[in-house]
Amino acid sequence: MTADTVLRRRLAKDLDRAFPEMVTQMQGLVFNGARRWLPNRSDAEDIAQEVFVRAYRALSGYSPERIAELRIRPWLFTITINLCRNHARTRSRRPVEVVLDGHHSSGTTFATEQHAIDALVVDEWRVRLQALAPRQRDAIVLRHVVGLTYKEVGEVLGCPTGTVKSDVHRGLTQLRSILAMEDSP
Amino acid sequence: MKYPTDQQITEMLAGIEAPPETIMPSVLIRTALADEYTTIAGPLGLIHVAFTTLGVTSIVPTPDEAEFLEVHQRTVGRPTYATDFIPKRLDAPLQRALKTARLGGLPVDLRQLTPFQREVLDVTATIPPGEVRPYGWVAREMGSAGAVRAVGSALGRNPVPIVIPCHRVVRSDGAVGNYAFGSSMKMALLEHEGMEPELFAPGSLRYVGSDTTRIFCYPTCRNARRITERHRVEFARPDQAEAKGYRACKVCRPG
Repeated sequence: MTADTVLRRRLAKDLDRAFPEMVTQMQGLVFNGARRWLPNRSDAEDIAQEVFVRAYRALSGYSPERIAELRIRPWLFTITINLCRNHARTRSRRPVEVVLDGHHSSGTTFATEQHAIDALVVDEWRVRLQALAPRQRDAIVLRHVVGLTYKEVGEVLGCPTGTVKSDVHRGLTQLRSILAMEDSP
Repeated sequence: MKYPTDQQITEMLAGIEAPPETIMPSVLIRTALADEYTTIAGPLGLIHVAFTTLGVTSIVPTPDEAEFLEVHQRTVGRPTYATDFIPKRLDAPLQRALKTARLGGLPVDLRQLTPFQREVLDVTATIPPGEVRPYGWVAREMGSAGAVRAVGSALGRNPVPIVIPCHRVVRSDGAVGNYAFGSSMKMALLEHEGMEPELFAPGSLRYVGSDTTRIFCYPTCRNARRITERHRVEFARPDQAEAKGYRACKVCRPG
């Protein structure tokens, strides 16, 4: 029995009790997925919160039978990717706010130096991923950052598993040449 | 690293950043699966109050945080996070409810209660400040006259005392009775509402009537308190009043 199966059985049985477990299990993946799609850490955190709030509201309207059938991970990432796309669209229509107060300018404070370094690495990858075609980027993030199976990625993006595989493959080839270019002087 | 393999690239990509610790509390608070709490001025001093997005969940008349957390865990059982901020929607009605000692328009979130417990509190909330009713009255008003003990234990677990005035429910022999936070606090709350301690001496009088209207009441009923000395008649039991041709007051509905 997979972790997903255990989780959805518990959610079907007692949503309010099992929901915090779902947040504990999935928040890392949702946050890191959003982190590769969005320009800053606080946006990714806001989106991660919003994903779980919407997930809870949706689940409270579902029958236990429906929850017991739900494929949690693809379902959660369908919500995540939609919120990230909406967020990007809204942002591109609005001018970027410049706040001079240092504490709020990035919306980011780091608990430790390691966090700051992690965030820097994440940002490099986000920039590289931006260079890919959206379909390839989404497929790569879901497959290799979030760790969904090819089948689950297909469910999120609404395309056949074969298409996901070739998008991931083309995306990786593209990333290889981006890395090679960064390396050459 | 000129020609990294697919595997090397995916390993670098998978570098996972620890999620911020604020995600869990924010999500639980926004979905009303966790409470927030703060302190506020109550009728007898600083008290703790907890709430969700749905309403006030818990009132504990103590300034002691550890005591609040223990009571909250026992009566509500959800995680709770400290805050300095009461949302606008709750702040004004809460201040008013504490000041007037009536629920008024204050939203309360009592999801964890059984329908029976909820009904006990709904009936109790109708007792006006400055008046008391016996446990048996609450049971009778609910249409389950035999459930006096169950009423007592439901009131003992009232998560929102003061604004749902379980302190206004007393023993039928006149004594003030038990209170989750001690009988002396119950007495102090009643005195704060202008009731004399002598009212609650054991064996004190239980029913008061007027020989002009031929109506009998509980002694703290607003109609009983305006009976003049000269027309005031006292009864130990309702059947004694009824035998003399008195009927029960329609406001306090004694029985």
